[in-house]
Amino acid sequence: MPTIFEWEKPLVELEEKINELRTFVYEQGIDFRDELNDLERKADKLRKEIYERLTPWQRVRMARHPDRPTALDYIKMIFDDFYELHGDRRFGDDQAIVGGIAILDGEPVTVIGPQKGRDTKENIIRNFGLPHPEGYRKALRLMKQAEQFHRPIITLIDVVGAYPGIEAEQRGQGLVIAECIEQMSFLEVPIVCIITGEGGSGGALAIGVGDRVLMLEHSWYSVISPEMCATILWKDANKAPEAAELLKLTSTDLLKFGIIDDVITEPIGGAHRDHEGTGRQVKAFLRRHLSEIRKISVDELVNQRLERFRKFGEFQAKKLAETVD
Amino acid sequence: MLHVFRNKPKYATVRTTKADQEVEANGAQPRKNADQLWTRCDDCSSLIYNKELQKNRYVCHHCGFCFRMSAVERLQLLTDECMFTPFDALVSANPLDFPGYPEKIAHYQNITQLDEAILIGEAKIEGYSCVLGIIDFGFIGGSMGSVVGEQIARGFEHGIAKELPVVVVSGGGGGARMQEGIFSLMQMAKTAQAVGRFKRAGLFYLSILTHPTMGGIYASFASLGDIILAEPKALIGFAGPRIVAQTTRQKLPPDFQTAEYALKHGMIDGIVTRSEMKATIGKLLSFHL
Ligand SMILES: [Zn+2]
Repeated sequence: MPTIFEWEKPLVELEEKINELRTFVYEQGIDFRDELNDLERKADKLRKEIYERLTPWQRVRMARHPDRPTALDYIKMIFDDFYELHGDRRFGDDQAIVGGIAILDGEPVTVIGPQKGRDTKENIIRNFGLPHPEGYRKALRLMKQAEQFHRPIITLIDVVGAYPGIEAEQRGQGLVIAECIEQMSFLEVPIVCIITGEGGSGGALAIGVGDRVLMLEHSWYSVISPEMCATILWKDANKAPEAAELLKLTSTDLLKFGIIDDVITEPIGGAHRDHEGTGRQVKAFLRRHLSEIRKISVDELVNQRLERFRKFGEFQAKKLAETVD
Repeated sequence: MLHVFRNKPKYATVRTTKADQEVEANGAQPRKNADQLWTRCDDCSSLIYNKELQKNRYVCHHCGFCFRMSAVERLQLLTDECMFTPFDALVSANPLDFPGYPEKIAHYQNITQLDEAILIGEAKIEGYSCVLGIIDFGFIGGSMGSVVGEQIARGFEHGIAKELPVVVVSGGGGGARMQEGIFSLMQMAKTAQAVGRFKRAGLFYLSILTHPTMGGIYASFASLGDIILAEPKALIGFAGPRIVAQTTRQKLPPDFQTAEYALKHGMIDGIVTRSEMKATIGKLLSFHL
């Protein structure tokens, strides 16, 4: 059973009706062209109405849709070849993050991304896409390797956060996230980060320090999840929809803030309704941005990357009158 | 010596328990129980007379637990005759138009007599000049918003410009300043990069973790010290212990996320008692002249 959101129901019903009529036309050979066109127009109108007015919380839920493409889906759709690499060379191989070398337009690139499972069985292997320190260490190893061989780095980010587990803490989750952020900032290769679903806090930022940061239309990125925010504010996780509004975590907000460089529009109805269409969009945006930053010398690139993050933040100098007591 | 205080310094005379601190870190109002004479130790549960606690630099004389202290008290503890020249003061904006945030800032400015959750400037410790930054837990749980991030970045930039070592005493609850959303998150990148530039200039950064250092502060500049020290029994980690317990449904090890646990697992260089901290910092600064 596919997941259907309550706001999609009228559309799904209409689409089913259209399909039924099509089958009928095909089987019976009766001409219902006008009726079909009419219904199609209705469906188009309904789609526009539904998806142009999505609330931040509805977009968060779309970002978490179980049928949304995962990192490996994107890798398959975007690149011509992919060879997966494993392990952090220190502790183990974290299945919650995948990475390897891929070919884009004939050139090798390094691709890294947290990997969610499609079903419960796969989710257990993937730890629901929640990485351990060794996952981030693997990511860092592959990023350093990319630098060694002058390969651009592409990260596909869909992660609620690093795994809040005993062993993850024991093995230095905080330390490794800090290390990733710091090291990634100085890598002498072009880096494009794409938030494809969830961009949850430090776990996302650990692989999110890029020359270009792009976001799929229905993805979110913030310092805290709406549920946690609601729990802290109102001691009620059910108020996540309200928290999602306050956090300004949608691609629209973040583009306005200048935190991200571009919003990758999704096929109408969202990525989960059209994988191939989404893959084509991501590939087109990735190509454009990567070709732009490839023209910049590496020194300049690192400088620009540092400047980009240096300027984030809003504050004021304290008024002088206040200083004099 | 310049004035670092907004008005006359006020000292909190009452230490709160760990549970209260968590409430504070989560954004609730701190308890005002100034009339209370006794404090229960977080770690060994002994009752300690407040005056005794203050005299003992807020260290439990039964078990050595280091209660949190304000940034001003810490400054007095670590610097030579309070030799400290603060950087230009910055105050928070409200980038998300988060309801109630400006009022919250004003409230904590009033309580702590600080402009933000950090005290930072040029200081002298045991005769050595350095940049000293201190996070104050009492200011919205010592969380990192745009001001803390900017001041930390300026601290390392000042260190590069004047070729000074940097000492940062961290102690922040959740680490993130939720009300600044994505801008709070970006401070992790900004501060980590500032450390990166500083290190590449060949200068020395000493990070000191005090109770509690968690979340985004731990997962950025606090973790990147050339040498990392901690106070005894300080809570140190990324995810909060309650979240870990809820997620894993496992019983947490008794010493989980303590300074001792961090030392055992290779995450810090050493544990230093409060009374030895200043001399230890001085010694380590002397090794990096
Ligand atoms: Zn005690």
